[in-house]
Amino acid sequence: MSSPWSDRPFLIVLATVLAAALLLVISIALPFGLSAYLANAIGQLAAFAVLALSLDLIWGYLGILSLGHGLFFGIGGYVIAMHLLKHSYEVIGKVPDFMQFMGWTSLPFYWTGFGFFPYAILVAAAVTLLISGVFGYVSFRSRVGGVYFAIITQALVYVAMLLMFRNDTGFGGNNGMTGFAVIFGWPIAQKGVVIAMAAVSVLVLALTMLGCRWLLESRFGVLMIAARDDEVRLRTLGYDTLLLKLMIWCLSALIAALAGLLYVPQVGIINPRLLAPDLSLEIAVWVAIGGRGHLYGAVIGAVLVNALKFWLSAAAPELWPFILSGLIVLVAFVFPNGLVDLAKFKFHRTLISRQLASETPELR
Amino acid sequence: MSGAALLIDAVTVEFGSFRAIDRLSLAIDFGEVRAVIGPNGAGKTTLLDVISGVTRPRQGRVIFGDKTDIVRSSESEIARAGVRRKFQKPSIFDGLNVRQHIEIGAQGGLRRLLAKDALKHRVDEVLEAVGLAGLATRSASELAHGQKQWLEIGMVLASSPTVLMLDEPVAGLTDEETERTVALVRNLKRDDRAIIVVEHDMEFVERIADRVTVLHEGKTLFEGSMANARTDERVIEVYLGR
Repeated sequence: MSSPWSDRPFLIVLATVLAAALLLVISIALPFGLSAYLANAIGQLAAFAVLALSLDLIWGYLGILSLGHGLFFGIGGYVIAMHLLKHSYEVIGKVPDFMQFMGWTSLPFYWTGFGFFPYAILVAAAVTLLISGVFGYVSFRSRVGGVYFAIITQALVYVAMLLMFRNDTGFGGNNGMTGFAVIFGWPIAQKGVVIAMAAVSVLVLALTMLGCRWLLESRFGVLMIAARDDEVRLRTLGYDTLLLKLMIWCLSALIAALAGLLYVPQVGIINPRLLAPDLSLEIAVWVAIGGRGHLYGAVIGAVLVNALKFWLSAAAPELWPFILSGLIVLVAFVFPNGLVDLAKFKFHRTLISRQLASETPELR
Repeated sequence: MSGAALLIDAVTVEFGSFRAIDRLSLAIDFGEVRAVIGPNGAGKTTLLDVISGVTRPRQGRVIFGDKTDIVRSSESEIARAGVRRKFQKPSIFDGLNVRQHIEIGAQGGLRRLLAKDALKHRVDEVLEAVGLAGLATRSASELAHGQKQWLEIGMVLASSPTVLMLDEPVAGLTDEETERTVALVRNLKRDDRAIIVVEHDMEFVERIADRVTVLHEGKTLFEGSMANARTDERVIEVYLGR
């Protein structure tokens, strides 16, 4: 890998992200900046981009496909939702909706301390590390990989969804959690607060990009690519690949949880739908469309696909599944490296020669 | 140093009902280059798999150096103990450049062995030895087949292994490249190192090996010099032909 300053697409994407952050910061202070609606959309896109980066790190650079990253995203999301509800309860005495539904007079004991933000963050990190650590250790130790690993992760997120659909667990059940009133003492729906949350989201995206870049430039990044290309070769050179994979897997889970922490306050609700297998599948689609194995690819993929989804879900919601499937087919058969292929090659020539090569070998 | 670098003691490997290696015993001494030859399916590569920990034997022991049984050790532990192996199919990392490969080989584990300066010195040395000094920044995927073979040899020798195993180092090489590989293997020979070579190219084997072991159906058929192997009736029968 070359020096970070010679990777132009990465720098362009990073500069765009930083420009968006600057625009948002300016809009907090001045009346004529971005609208709250647009800022909120940008903030959500940034959270998705962080989520895409977390998957690209293990899929694009370590060769481990997870179809269950929504689980870690969900952990971050549920924990911040608990914090916001508890905080709102403590500041303005607002009783969480699900307590009323259930006829409870007090929150379950395990909600203790969630009003304190650092404690909530600590719990999010601990739960994420515990689940990803145990699951990763067991899987990598038994050398489960490839498709099998992907299927198990999908099952894992599905189990989590079924669990969260139960109403008696104290996490909101099928209605989820909503009605967040205040964040850090500020009214959460106020324009300045909405824009500030988006700005934080975008800044975290920039930092995550830089952090991932730094990791990939380090000795660990080189070893990740080596493990992706030929794990047995790396192992028989003296490297404990179990440890290497476990560390990066847990780091990726933490980044996904971070994305959940950013996402839920901005969207204002969390429910078990976030743990549905299709969201987890979609993350892989964002990364594949943007170009896996490139950090900027993950960011571009997440932003483009979700921007399209935002727009379509208003304009023609019934079309979305067809367009998404079409994109997947296109990536699988024509652009194995996603949009990166589009940028690198001349579009028509590649398309035609690939079709000739794959469909009619006798013509060559 | 003298004596056995590696002792394979009554090792049996089974894949289902197929016995790939059948109570095989073998001693390889420090300072020697040992060629393991034999027809396809004789168990040559399986033997290297057992020594490097990729395959677990059903029975038997593999004693390395001073009485350590490495049969229960993991691949990475065996490698860190000083047993390194080049695979039959050139196994390299397509996403990395030549220099990064040798660095990975030289560090030989997640825990760093060499400081920055020592690492650079060692990598330069190895690149020179395998003749890839001019291609250090080239991506491994762009190398020619012969260069890939040397790159992998460079990777395994970068950590100065005690036991070095080369599985078909000249397969698919041109005569000139084979010539360079002969010189390379001769240079790698040291009093405190044992080298095991699996190869089908008998001329190559004759030029580098001190002794040959002929395997047939998982058992030792012959052990001795290549010249004697050529005249041995049984070896001619199953492998060399008349």
